[in-house]
Amino acid sequence: MRVAEAWRVAIDALRANRLRSILTMLGVVIGVGAVVALVAIGTGTKRQIEQQVEGLGSNLLIVVPGRLDPGAAPSASTLTMDDVEAVTRVVGDRSRVAVTISSGETVRAGTRSAYASMQGVLETTPDVFVRHLDRGTYLTRTDVTTGRRVAVLGAGTARDLFGDRDPIGRQITIGGVRFRVIGTFEQLGQSLGVDRDSEVHVPVTAAQRLLGTQRIDGLAIRAPDRERIDALGSAVVAALVKRHPDTDFSAVTQEQILGVLGDILGVLTGVLAAIAGISLLVGGVGVSNIMLVSVRERTKEIGLRKAVGARPRDIGVQFLLEAVLLTTIGGVLGMALGISTALLVDRLTPVPAAVTWWSLALAFGVSAAVGIIFGVIPAQRAGRLDPVVALRTE
Amino acid sequence: MTQPLSGAEPAIVAVDVTRTYDLDGVSVSALRGVSLTVTAGDYVAIVGTSGSGKSTLMHLLGALDRPTSGTLRIGGRDVAALGPAEMALLRNETIGFVFQSFHLLARTTARDNVALPLVYRGVGRRERRARAAEMLERVGLGHRLDHRPNQMSGGEQQRVAIARALVTSPSVLLADEPTGNLDSTTGEQVLGLLESLNADGVAVVLVTHDRDVAARAHRQIVMRDGLIVTPVEEPAG
Repeated sequence: MRVAEAWRVAIDALRANRLRSILTMLGVVIGVGAVVALVAIGTGTKRQIEQQVEGLGSNLLIVVPGRLDPGAAPSASTLTMDDVEAVTRVVGDRSRVAVTISSGETVRAGTRSAYASMQGVLETTPDVFVRHLDRGTYLTRTDVTTGRRVAVLGAGTARDLFGDRDPIGRQITIGGVRFRVIGTFEQLGQSLGVDRDSEVHVPVTAAQRLLGTQRIDGLAIRAPDRERIDALGSAVVAALVKRHPDTDFSAVTQEQILGVLGDILGVLTGVLAAIAGISLLVGGVGVSNIMLVSVRERTKEIGLRKAVGARPRDIGVQFLLEAVLLTTIGGVLGMALGISTALLVDRLTPVPAAVTWWSLALAFGVSAAVGIIFGVIPAQRAGRLDPVVALRTE
Repeated sequence: MTQPLSGAEPAIVAVDVTRTYDLDGVSVSALRGVSLTVTAGDYVAIVGTSGSGKSTLMHLLGALDRPTSGTLRIGGRDVAALGPAEMALLRNETIGFVFQSFHLLARTTARDNVALPLVYRGVGRRERRARAAEMLERVGLGHRLDHRPNQMSGGEQQRVAIARALVTSPSVLLADEPTGNLDSTTGEQVLGLLESLNADGVAVVLVTHDRDVAARAHRQIVMRDGLIVTPVEEPAG
């Protein structure tokens, strides 16, 4: 039997039981749709985070106590401003070194209050990280050395505390201590559902006094170029270890952070795809089931076809094509469902989604394979039917 | 093993053929040694009660089944040496089947039903449809080409089935109770059609329990308990 003929027969058979065909396909449609949509969400999230890490600026080196090891508990910092001086000497350029000590604080202005991440920083922060001011000015070196109580607000905190009014020159209190607003940042938006605009930058010295500590949490260095970044990292770590013989320090680059994040999100995407794949498998079992019913129902037809000269293979191919047709049509509909779900999620929720070609190709390939795998047993059963028995069936 | 079909060799030769079924461990002998020859142009009726083995014999003659022992040659080929695919080819080339319940594909037009055996012969669609139309014309259904089985009477459906059996130009036409589901007038028409085909040279083997139908054949074979008991004059069974 020619292949074109077998296709025609398969299509006719699916048409004959339209409702049943559609319901059988539905399992595959949902499975493929889920794979495409979930992989799109995983990929979109990964891309967004990569963009944000890259958006911090290039050639960045972040120095933290302890080892960089996902899963390890963060170590308590023993770094102080004296260590920062030492690192600055190694780097040779104060404007390339930024520090931070952060603490979640309630910030008040008049009757309004907002919860924000207070960051004690040096005046170098906007140069080391890429940060742009919306209004006013940033901290100065004098602000830092004298511990002046001035603050630069994130866009969200500024909006929460002052609404549409200009915050520049106004008073706020952090932990009961008064600060004067001198600037506001441009809006950054959200990342993984976390608002990045709820922050207040104050001089590190003022923050330390407020928190009653001499420590800082970590520091960041912008290397002059990519080539020197590793050497600089080793030199800085060596200098810090010399001062704190009992503590490990890590200097990590953006590439390393991206690598770690990429690994985690890759695993997450894989897990999502696997869960969706299970529903595809269930859809495949449904196809197999219905094909077995179809073989039984059409036993007489199979007997007749065999009587007039159909070989076992002809009958097998006919039923296999029917199963493959069910799953591939289901696969195409599932792709459409997955793509539209991804687009809707991307547009209507904060969760980003990016449909990738490989996930479409994979979903289609898998649905065709499911048709073949789950169609083989019914097809073999149909092909092996004894024509005498099949013709006798009523 | 295989020999070309020569003009001298009969269409079907069965020598001391038996067929034993194994039903849940119990051996049941449906045929217990049957010898029979069907030559070109033969018109044979096989009669017998149900359980006499006539259906089993019919399946063997039609290459739907293989004997347990004995020799069965169809179209010059020894059936024992053939696999399922070769048996299918043999049926396609040598045998035309007509069934009591017609066995037409329900959602398929008369023309495509008739063309079905040619599908498995690899004949192209256009030629298939042309030959099917020609065959329907020959059985008097030239005006019913695109009708579906449920749009036709029983007699018409059986004539479609006969056209389907003939479309491959078989040497033997096997008809299993072809008039069993028809009233006497239409049954008469169908028999007349089979006889006119027989006159054109196709061997016809009828399986029936109707003695009037059997009496029209050139030769009657009466079966009882898995054996041929001809010639017999009294009612079988």
